[in-house]
Amino acid sequence: MQPSEPILQTKNLNVYYGAKRVVTDVTLDFVRNRITAIIGPSGCGKSTLLRCFNRMNDLIPSATITGQVLFEGQDLYAPDVDPTEIRYQIGMVFQRPNPFPKTIFDNVAFGPRINGFRGDLPELVEMSLRRTALWEEVKDRLKTSALALSGGQQQRLCIARALAVEPKVILMDEPCSSLDPIATLAVEDLMRELSQDYSIVIVTHNMQQAARVSDQTAFLMASQERIGELIEFGESRQIFTNPQDERTEAYITGRFG
Amino acid sequence: MAAIGPTEFTQGMARRKWRGRAFHGLCLLAVVMALGMLAVLLIYLVLQGWARVNWEFLTSFPSRHPEQAGIHSALLGSIYLVIIAGFVAFVLGVGAAIYLEEYAGRHWINRVIQVNISNLAGVPSIVYGLLGLEIFVRSLGLGKSLLAGGFTLGLLVLPIIIIAAEEAIKAVPSSVREGAYGLGATRWQTIWHLVLPQAFPGILTGMILASSRAIGETAPLIVVGALAFVPFTPDSPFSRFSALPIQIFNWTARPQAGFHEAAAAGIIVLLVVLLAMNAAAVILRNKFQSPPEG
Repeated sequence: MQPSEPILQTKNLNVYYGAKRVVTDVTLDFVRNRITAIIGPSGCGKSTLLRCFNRMNDLIPSATITGQVLFEGQDLYAPDVDPTEIRYQIGMVFQRPNPFPKTIFDNVAFGPRINGFRGDLPELVEMSLRRTALWEEVKDRLKTSALALSGGQQQRLCIARALAVEPKVILMDEPCSSLDPIATLAVEDLMRELSQDYSIVIVTHNMQQAARVSDQTAFLMASQERIGELIEFGESRQIFTNPQDERTEAYITGRFG
Repeated sequence: MAAIGPTEFTQGMARRKWRGRAFHGLCLLAVVMALGMLAVLLIYLVLQGWARVNWEFLTSFPSRHPEQAGIHSALLGSIYLVIIAGFVAFVLGVGAAIYLEEYAGRHWINRVIQVNISNLAGVPSIVYGLLGLEIFVRSLGLGKSLLAGGFTLGLLVLPIIIIAAEEAIKAVPSSVREGAYGLGATRWQTIWHLVLPQAFPGILTGMILASSRAIGETAPLIVVGALAFVPFTPDSPFSRFSALPIQIFNWTARPQAGFHEAAAAGIIVLLVVLLAMNAAAVILRNKFQSPPEG
């Protein structure tokens, strides 16, 4: 496999809820071990697009797609692909921290357990928690409920939980939108750390955040008919300093959205 | 337009306060009346039946002599019936609820099924008795046995459990399911490890309601052939049986005052059994609701 080969690709991707098209004709390449931000105003289909990458939209009965989503060159929507088999390779962190009502240990151990992990589970849990800089904070209370953690800790726990199954890609759906600024900073630092080993796609409506953490940025916007389309894609530095499209410029300078 | 001054808002304060107090009073009255009725019933029962509630009463078989009559066989019958009915309804009810909530889509047929389950909960119990008579007693050849009675009661309370379990499953946040699916969990793993444990307290509440209903039912048991006079211990699922409400009903229909006392004592026992069942379920529920130990 070429190191330069994109880890994720979409080709002419359209997403429909029932008969209504919500995302139209998105063609994008996501580079391995980079952080790609998807930005855009509310309702532009950012999250919908993100949820195509681990087939989370399958949980919505009316959602269908046309076009292709490729993961390491393999079509994720090919008829013989079982969504559960790809979801542990493509982890996801959600908008609101959603720890399971279990102990901290069991939260992190959940993924390895259900995927038949045979190795040293306590070590894997410790490693995952260390990577999210949570270990020192929780090592003495691994057997207490994860719901007692603060919001920022919960979100880092959810990231640790995703890391524990060794995914190749981590999808983050506005991971900081329910966190305070300090917790947000911690998660952003963490993302930079993780990008050395993982490919990260982050949806955010916080442009400063996208500018701070991402290598590449895709800007989506809804048309008059409320169909989300890709306006511009490129290196974040270029998108935020010298956008090619006037709509991108209007958005990043805060004239709407 | 005229200016709106603060004076225009102060009107009617006294009346509003009076109305508030009146509403408060009406609600209090409702509580007093509801509990008052129950208190009268309980006091009457205890006055009439308390003297008869003793070990001998619990361990004696029914008799034509009122002072010797006991509820041994009826009490055992009721306990066996509730166990059979509870087991059947729990397995079928929770299974059906999981299917309807987690597997079945939002297809219109499923909506029709759900509406009809709610309707089933309102079907008169005598109709379930007739159904049980035809299916369990006759077609399946179980005869007028404990098993036939338990299955009939199980069917009767099935809608209660399905509805309670569905509500409990629905109350599990979808973010938890997404979290599990996002880690590569299958539907079964998500249901077993996350949805059911969280829904369990709610399902248990449904079980309490259902068991309470089952233990108090009389009509369907009469139809499937419960006896009012069982001078033996039911020793197998195919045994003939009696049940507390049947025994009580039978005694109240007798002219002798002694039987009326026995009936009152029987009701006290029935209430105690109910209370014990509910208490056990509440304790179990609280145990499952408490967060993991530190």
